Amino acid sequence: MGKTLAEKIFDAHRVDMPFPDTHVLKLDAVFCHEITTPIAITDLQARGKDRVFDPSRIKAVIDHVTPAKDSKTAEQGKILREWAKRNGIKDFFDIGRNGVCHALFPEKGFVRPGYTVIMGDSHTCTHGAFGAFAAGVGTTDLEVGILKGVCAFRFPKTIKIVLNGKLRPGVFAKDVILFVIKELTVNGATNMVMEFTGPVVDEMSMESRMTLCNMAIEAGGTCGVCYPDMTTVDYLWKYIKDEFKTKEDALKEYSKWISDEDAVYEKVYEFDVSDLEPMVTFGNKPDQVKPVREMAGTKIDQIYIGSCTNGRIEDLRVAAKVLEGKKISDDVRGIVSPATPEVYNMALKEGIIEVFQNAGFCVTNPTCGACLGMSNGVLASGESCASTTNRNFNGRMGRGGTVHLMSPATAAASAIEGKIVNSSLFE
Amino acid sequence: MKAFGGKVLFLDRSDINTDEIIPAKYLTEITKEALKPYVLEDLSLDGFDPKKDVEGKAVIVTRGNFGCGSSREHAPWALEVNNINVVIAESFARIFRQNMYNCGLLAIELPKEKIDYIFKTYKGQDVTISVDVDRDKILLSSNGKTEEIDFKIGEFDKTLVREGGWVDYADKKY
Repeated sequence: MGKTLAEKIFDAHRVDMPFPDTHVLKLDAVFCHEITTPIAITDLQARGKDRVFDPSRIKAVIDHVTPAKDSKTAEQGKILREWAKRNGIKDFFDIGRNGVCHALFPEKGFVRPGYTVIMGDSHTCTHGAFGAFAAGVGTTDLEVGILKGVCAFRFPKTIKIVLNGKLRPGVFAKDVILFVIKELTVNGATNMVMEFTGPVVDEMSMESRMTLCNMAIEAGGTCGVCYPDMTTVDYLWKYIKDEFKTKEDALKEYSKWISDEDAVYEKVYEFDVSDLEPMVTFGNKPDQVKPVREMAGTKIDQIYIGSCTNGRIEDLRVAAKVLEGKKISDDVRGIVSPATPEVYNMALKEGIIEVFQNAGFCVTNPTCGACLGMSNGVLASGESCASTTNRNFNGRMGRGGTVHLMSPATAAASAIEGKIVNSSLFE
Repeated sequence: MKAFGGKVLFLDRSDINTDEIIPAKYLTEITKEALKPYVLEDLSLDGFDPKKDVEGKAVIVTRGNFGCGSSREHAPWALEVNNINVVIAESFARIFRQNMYNCGLLAIELPKEKIDYIFKTYKGQDVTISVDVDRDKILLSSNGKTEEIDFKIGEFDKTLVREGGWVDYADKKY
């Protein structure tokens, strides 16, 4: 009987099975940010266990609120900063070099096919785009990960999602994942890995695959995964070129992290997405999704382009294409937050920042801020936001505010009109 | 082992997420106790008043997919500092469920029929639930009557509850 990608990773990393269906895995990387890690650090200190299992496998960033907005967030940053220094964690990204964790860490080459990764952040599922098993955990699991380099999981059954056909112009990975979540519902993949395959995924860039996997958690999924291929190798090449003679050698090695043809799945969905239209959420759950067409004309107050879902260069390029030579409506506020300094630099060189500014957008530094209503674009009560982020929960971007999730193209077009509308890229 | 149970808070809705249990703006707190006043502050549920309805309760009974969304362990902590040590639901989001056990708290799944039955029979009444982890029984008491309902949790979950959490256990073992 064949194995799924996730089963292969479990088999290669299992160090113990202390109880039935309890798999303790060795971790290749533990990622940390300043919201969920400081309490783990202070708890480890209180227990007299202020150590780390391997400083080279721990990566840390201040990303949720940066620059610090008040004394409390300054304190969180300070705890993380001092801990990283004390424990010899070299890959610590402080202000000036920091960006949204799930965009920054892949960009730095920290995730490889076959890896196990945890972080105290539910969108850690993003990193499965590289053919890794990456799962969000709470502070206690993170604490054990930091201390011992292990984490316990129940066996992950896998749902296979085959995406057939070819996306229409103006339809993007974000539209696909919103559609998939609508089909599966918000707990359709709970305790399961969502494996994305098929010609549409094969055609996708790593950025698009990260957008797909990023929102696996919104269907309850433990991790989203894509098979490693030449696109993966190309993306990682600058980091792995000393390990392999040729890209083909790298591909051969990474191809062990692909599910067997006779692997057993909990469920298989086949979707032909050739006719898919741009999608948008309504209500307070990420599975409340409609075509943009059906929501057209819905008034908005703010547009937010950024986050670990859609703050990468590809996203900014698409939004800029829609905004080029246009102005946003006088009735809305536009905010764009490039997800990393590198994305910011590329956008600057390519003239994208100028397009955003000329259109009337405020360009912020890389941060998670507004997505979870912490800083840099919090909504007032009664306001609504066209947002490229991942959660439309009640109060998510500010108490009493409403969030409509959509692609960067739709968000940019909606900014121009001051209401939800399909982009000019969609034909 | 510590005692689990007490007065029941019924939250008759599915998909209650961790942003509703504790909004992100309070994640800048670095002590668990500081979360106490804000528990369930953003919960969308008709007639629910977080300022009045949580006081004195130790058990939450709710529907499906409780604790979905963010990984924040602040959600179980916000419950814990309000003396809530058991959540009984039709299902839980994976991370929330694990966080509960990692904190030594109980997240018990019951089949839909049993959750429906508990809501139908007890919602709106003064009801107490106590949980016997060794015997896998939930005891419901109301108006002088009691009844037992069986439940099942994994061996790992039980061990975490007995040991009071995952950190010392893992440090000893790995």
